[in-house]
Amino acid sequence: MTWVLGTMLFWAAAWALNIRLAASRVTQSRAGRLIIPAVFGLTLLGVWEGLVHGLQVPAVILPPPSAIAAKIAGNTSTLWIDFVQTFVKGALSGYGIGCLAAIIVAVLIDRSAFLRAGLLPVGNFVSALPIVGISPILVMWFGFDWHSKAAVVVVMVFFPVLVNTLAGLRAAEPMQRDLMATWGASYWQTLWKLRLPAAMPFIFNGLKIATTLALIGAIVAEFFGSPTRGMGFRISTEVGRLGLDMVWAEIAVAALAGSAFYGVIALIERRVTFWHPSQRR
Amino acid sequence: MKAVLPVFVVIAAIVVLWYGAAVWMNAAWVRDQAARAGETPGLAQIVPQTLNQERPVLPTPHQVAAELWKGVAGQAVTSKRSLVYHGWITLSATLLGFVIGTGAGILLAIGIVHNRAMDLSVMPWAIASQTIPILAIAPMIIVVLNSVGVTGIVPKAIISAYLSFFPVVVGMVKGLRAPDAMQLDLLRTYGASQRQTFAKLRMPASVPYLFASLKVGVAAALVGAIVGELPTGAVAGLGARLLSGSYYGQTVQIWAALFAAALLAASLVALIGLAERLTLRRMGMGR
Repeated sequence: MTWVLGTMLFWAAAWALNIRLAASRVTQSRAGRLIIPAVFGLTLLGVWEGLVHGLQVPAVILPPPSAIAAKIAGNTSTLWIDFVQTFVKGALSGYGIGCLAAIIVAVLIDRSAFLRAGLLPVGNFVSALPIVGISPILVMWFGFDWHSKAAVVVVMVFFPVLVNTLAGLRAAEPMQRDLMATWGASYWQTLWKLRLPAAMPFIFNGLKIATTLALIGAIVAEFFGSPTRGMGFRISTEVGRLGLDMVWAEIAVAALAGSAFYGVIALIERRVTFWHPSQRR
Repeated sequence: MKAVLPVFVVIAAIVVLWYGAAVWMNAAWVRDQAARAGETPGLAQIVPQTLNQERPVLPTPHQVAAELWKGVAGQAVTSKRSLVYHGWITLSATLLGFVIGTGAGILLAIGIVHNRAMDLSVMPWAIASQTIPILAIAPMIIVVLNSVGVTGIVPKAIISAYLSFFPVVVGMVKGLRAPDAMQLDLLRTYGASQRQTFAKLRMPASVPYLFASLKVGVAAALVGAIVGELPTGAVAGLGARLLSGSYYGQTVQIWAALFAAALLAASLVALIGLAERLTLRRMGMGR
């Protein structure tokens, strides 16, 4: 009972602190804008811990954060093996192949107005479909190892990147294209020096959407069959054994990997499209 | 007509490519069979045999269409082999979750817009959560809720709700903030209360944003419901059809379930698009 009461007090105190912080001058600095969500996140973790102890929730339903942290610390080698299998081999290679293929196909399609008019609606349609459903088929075709996961990721990231790149290739204004024409620039020079740079904000938009899709594809495809390692494999087997602390540990790793992946792409975007208004500070 | 023709050509090209790939990928099996019988088949014998195999590597479009037709119209809708039956199980979980997720998302967005502390604490997490593969927790939610005694469509609906929740929050916050300072000032000069400002300015302004995020949310909710059907071990639903198809090597069944899911997703998005057009026209914002 004291745990529950203490947790409630803790929640009230932390929330009051956040209200104070939000009203104060802290919010004007960049660090302050990070402190408030950080405090909120820690508050949630504290409440989680307190309620699990206070209400005596069994560990097979919801393990407390401390147990999850202990599990992470004690199983770094397993987590690393799973991370390499799912993220580096499955998601990253698929992401690279899929995005590169989509950009190349977009450049090729863009030369024909007819093809663009035909493929754009189809691409938009396919982007809205539950493509993860294709994973059992690809697991049959490419086997249980990471190749099939990479294939699922390729299919998943292809269409969002394709549609965004096609939109981006139209972003250069007619005036700018005319200028390139007056300079006698060839098609490839115009593409390389004007249209691709102008398309970069759109392409990066697609690339950022694709980061999440890549991880989801790699993890879900492992539910349909995998070697005895990988994040999706670990999640589905540990769920079966009710080892929920391990499941949460994998989810924490997946969340970190997903955010870091997104962050890296966003960082590259900032370096590449430094000229775009949305990057100005 | 001008807009439809290229789409038709592209779809026709995809179908042709598909047949080509089916012949190419299924030919190995035909050659194996022939080699066992001691024959060497020519191309004219291989091609017809690749088009109607029982368990092809890649089923041909007409096989998938036939299976889809058989699943939808070929049997009573209560039959376990009916795709309508499985589709409805997935759809009901999707819709329940979508309604819960959307409702909660709108409420949280209202809170975020009206409370600065909430905005600064919750919003970064709502945005960051979109970079996280949330779908990974689906098996855990199913199994944990099962062990507590909650079964049926509710666990799946919770996953769907969770997936459709964040797009709605982010979209609605953007929408409720869409009115510019001039419009807000105007309402202040009218002496409008915060509630009136909300009902007469912020709510109407947010509707286009709401529909945009509803389209994303409903597609995500369907994916959530399908993935939520995997860990319970192929009981019912489109996800279960995918899983049992992959257990028993029934490729035609997998493809039919996949197309049923695609049709479902497309019609849900189209329905929301229709509602969007009608609502916006009624509000004088139609184009």
